[in-house]
Amino acid sequence: MPELSKLTDAIIDGDSKTAVALTKEALDAKVDAQELVSKYMIPAMDEVGRRYEIGDCFVPELLIAARAMKGALELIRPLLAASGAKPVGRVLIGTVKGDLHDIGKNLVASMLEGAGFEVIDLGVDVPPEKILGELKTRKVNMVALSALLTTTMPGMKTVIEELKKAGVREQVKVIVGGAPVTQRFADEIGADGYSDNANGAVSVARKLVNA
Amino acid sequence: MSAVLQKLLAHAPVLLDGALGTQLLKRGLRAGECPDAWNLSRPAEVEAVARSYVEAGSEIILTNTFRANRMALEGYGLAGKTEEINLAAVEIARRAAAGHAAVFASVGPSGKMLAAGEVTETDLQRTFAEQAQILATAGVEGFAIETMADLAEAKVAVAALRETGLPVVASLVFDSGKDKDRTMTGVTPEKAAQELTAAGADAIGANCGRGIAGYIPICQRLRTSTDRPIWIKPNAGLPQMVDGQVVYKTTPPEFAGFISALLQAGASFIGGCCGTGPDFIRAVEDTLRRWRRH
Repeated sequence: MPELSKLTDAIIDGDSKTAVALTKEALDAKVDAQELVSKYMIPAMDEVGRRYEIGDCFVPELLIAARAMKGALELIRPLLAASGAKPVGRVLIGTVKGDLHDIGKNLVASMLEGAGFEVIDLGVDVPPEKILGELKTRKVNMVALSALLTTTMPGMKTVIEELKKAGVREQVKVIVGGAPVTQRFADEIGADGYSDNANGAVSVARKLVNA
Repeated sequence: MSAVLQKLLAHAPVLLDGALGTQLLKRGLRAGECPDAWNLSRPAEVEAVARSYVEAGSEIILTNTFRANRMALEGYGLAGKTEEINLAAVEIARRAAAGHAAVFASVGPSGKMLAAGEVTETDLQRTFAEQAQILATAGVEGFAIETMADLAEAKVAVAALRETGLPVVASLVFDSGKDKDRTMTGVTPEKAAQELTAAGADAIGANCGRGIAGYIPICQRLRTSTDRPIWIKPNAGLPQMVDGQVVYKTTPPEFAGFISALLQAGASFIGGCCGTGPDFIRAVEDTLRRWRRH
């Protein structure tokens, strides 16, 4: 039986190898999968997020912690699924049409996965039709849109309008972010949530699905 | 120090140019279109912007090559045109400068993150070396590495560009952390200046970011951490959406109002980034002229 607080530390430190090894040991020792996630893993991401908020750590630290979390979660997810536990929510994420930037979008995707969301990454330069197509084929709780360019951010508005036209706007929450995007812009286009950083995006997403 | 920089700095402060990208947007660049592709498809427009800066008094103008490294062009499906786009850019800028301004090449980030393992330093080194070689052969007088969010990538670029023997400016964007005075990866101006100096940059700077007011302390902190001249190109504030149009709220007189403070903080090269145009450069020039007199 491994010392489980070490799993928390490994995720905080972004030490993927140790995080995966400790998770495996814990599962072999029959520690409950759900307990492992809620008591030892999510608190680790919360701590990294807290440090990021106060300016104690930065994007690379967030990124490697999220990756360690993801590695550990990959071992746990099949067990959770088998026990009937559902992910916190399912999120479609993408950078809007005409915009090829993916650093911010990838970071938010990793952070959401770290927080227990199932994330479907549609990549960059995503036209609204692609999002609508996905919504037809599977149940999704949230659409997360990214834009780095002032010239492409109006594409977020287009997606929301297309969701309305297709009559599916009420089925999903829409969250937006990216360097030029502001709360005011998010309000103007009728998005449900906004954050100016990846960690904040997780809190917003959690709130919107009541997790 | 390189002869080019020495000559320019003999009558410092040196006036730089303003933004290229946002000026091209005004001339019809479409959302998501690659600005650098205009070197081939709309060379007259690119040249008109460059010339407007030369006429406004810019002593160094930058080529339209911010996205023209192979990795960034790959995203637009234009990797095969890397050489053509860079060559055309230098030709356009030299024509616009017509001997009245020095032509430096703008070198922007790869768009890939080292920390995320998306690229290796070797990949980056190769990419920047390729672009540098094309630009140097085409006749630029120096390089300005701009808007780098990652010090590690900036250092790789400095090393690759230095191989050409031309002067290299390295400018980072400080817009993160609670005081908005760190790079995205958390690097302070002090650390950036020290490490870029050690990497061999000929001038060290800050550009883009969150508006000109925040540049005064950043400039000061760069100044006290290196013996190299400081290069500053702030945005005209953060972009806002008004009636579906993107606007920058800072006006040329407001922008120029910060120039004396920037000079006192130790800036030797001053220009503008996103949202600034020739009217900003003319307003800055007025202040610089007064500064040089006393």
